[in-house]
Amino acid sequence: MTIEEVRKAVASKATTATAVAEQHYARIAAEDGPSGKNIHSYLALSRDRALAQAAKIDAMAANGEALPPLAGVPIGIKDVLTMVGSPATAGSKILEGYMPPYDATAVKKLEAAGAVLLGKLNCDEFAMGSSNENSAYGPVLNPRALDRVPGGSSGGSAAAVAAGFAVATLGTDTGGSIRQPAAFCGVVGMLPTYGRVSRFGLIAFASSLDRVGPFATTVRDAATMLSVLAGKDELDATSSDRPVGDYVGALDKPVAGLKIGVPAEYFGEGLDPEIRAAIEKALDGLRGQGCEIKTIALPHTRYAIPTYYVIATAEASANLSRFDGVRFGLRAPGVQTLSAMFRETRDRGFGAEVKRRILLGTYALSAGYYDAYYRKAQQVRTLLTRDFLAAFAEVDAIVGPVTPTPAFKLGAKTDDPVQMYLEDIYSVAASLAGICGMSVPCGETKGGLPIGVQIMGRHFDEETMLRVALAIESGQA
Amino acid sequence: MEEVGVTEKDVLRVAELANLELTAEEVPRMQRDLNAILGHIAQLNELDTAGVPAMAQVGEMLGAEVELGGANLRVDAIRPSLDRKAVMASAPESDGRFFKVPKVIER
Repeated sequence: MTIEEVRKAVASKATTATAVAEQHYARIAAEDGPSGKNIHSYLALSRDRALAQAAKIDAMAANGEALPPLAGVPIGIKDVLTMVGSPATAGSKILEGYMPPYDATAVKKLEAAGAVLLGKLNCDEFAMGSSNENSAYGPVLNPRALDRVPGGSSGGSAAAVAAGFAVATLGTDTGGSIRQPAAFCGVVGMLPTYGRVSRFGLIAFASSLDRVGPFATTVRDAATMLSVLAGKDELDATSSDRPVGDYVGALDKPVAGLKIGVPAEYFGEGLDPEIRAAIEKALDGLRGQGCEIKTIALPHTRYAIPTYYVIATAEASANLSRFDGVRFGLRAPGVQTLSAMFRETRDRGFGAEVKRRILLGTYALSAGYYDAYYRKAQQVRTLLTRDFLAAFAEVDAIVGPVTPTPAFKLGAKTDDPVQMYLEDIYSVAASLAGICGMSVPCGETKGGLPIGVQIMGRHFDEETMLRVALAIESGQA
Repeated sequence: MEEVGVTEKDVLRVAELANLELTAEEVPRMQRDLNAILGHIAQLNELDTAGVPAMAQVGEMLGAEVELGGANLRVDAIRPSLDRKAVMASAPESDGRFFKVPKVIER
């Protein structure tokens, strides 16, 4: 079901928000756990809050009141966002049992727009990972191929939409964590421009890169979600006060005449031939709808991964210093001194990937290395951003692959961090530059694995990006 | 950036700075991984970045610098803060008013 289908069915009293929520909970109970397919997308269900909201929407429908845009729509929330009444673990043992005392702004906005929030979704620990195998609570399986990863870090958010456990979900993307799992699971995932959606209530990983964005089954639903989520929030100083666009209305504008850039650097060695073919087909479709396709250069692309892994880990090492056993979550028991409590709590509470990134980030910021690593990476970040600004002077949107390969098997890359990091090769540059991007399904491999195409847009020009996304989506049917 | 080569001693020093305790088995694994990742990061040396400004925030590239007079900050008004009980309920140890921690002065 799509957002509009749910809303219309509730408004016309063909069904109730309560019935829709119960259907989703029944499907989750049957399929998400070990007695079903063991997909493990949900970490916690928020039944009481969901059913209270559903009852409220049903009462509005019964009274014939105008219904808000997400009325009765069942939505899941990635467990790095806070939601009162449900634990917030960030996929980590260090936050086990933490009950946050406030709602994330994105969560609050969805509920105010009528959404029924079903529960909290599994993810890589502190959103650090590309396969969801770093969750301290166990991996998520890809609903499209149960022996494969769903991608990460928002693996649960992508899997829940793909499996029909929610109509839409919230994820977060720091280096590809929305777009890559969307591609692996065959759903739509959107990375809004940095500053477009409030980060308040998001458990921080890398503050200059972290973004909140939606997963949905259609481009139109993703546009509806963004319309609800976008806007200035005085609780997030980096949120932008630029006017919010008409994202749904933009979908009615044809794409004829738009200039589409295809970066040569995104089609080099290492790109799976079936993904290349699917994207070329999508580009043919855009050409057929009157777009002008032109090859562009993003010359610093190959430096995006090393730049990202310096900046993201440096920021993470600072952000994660707050997990110390004092105010929330785990505290190592029976420790006699404060400094030993800090160390033992963090040793027990953090998983291997989180420790690896804290160590790397601390190293990059430590005396004698700051200029060589952190400052250097920040300078290359400028060059990467200039690449995009120059390209967008020539084209209206950029189209390329999301991932070099389709979803890989569980365990295939867990022993080699560099191989795992290279998964993000086509997604991190947009993260560093702050531009918007999204992943839209564009066919599947011969083996039946979903393929995603990435559309990138100018800063704060989600409207053009969505138009191109819709044109690609409508060419699939 | 000189030739990278993180030693076991470096790993332990960084772990201490980060307040992380590593087990004996974790140290060689982290040493191996850090060297592999730093080896990849060394590619950045190929680029001449002399005179290139450092980018800390996306807004800087869009001409949206932080206004130093604070004009784009929210109004400094008193507003309700979080309910203390709700905050303390998640604390590992609390007397209801304060967070309790083990002894701070060690020697």
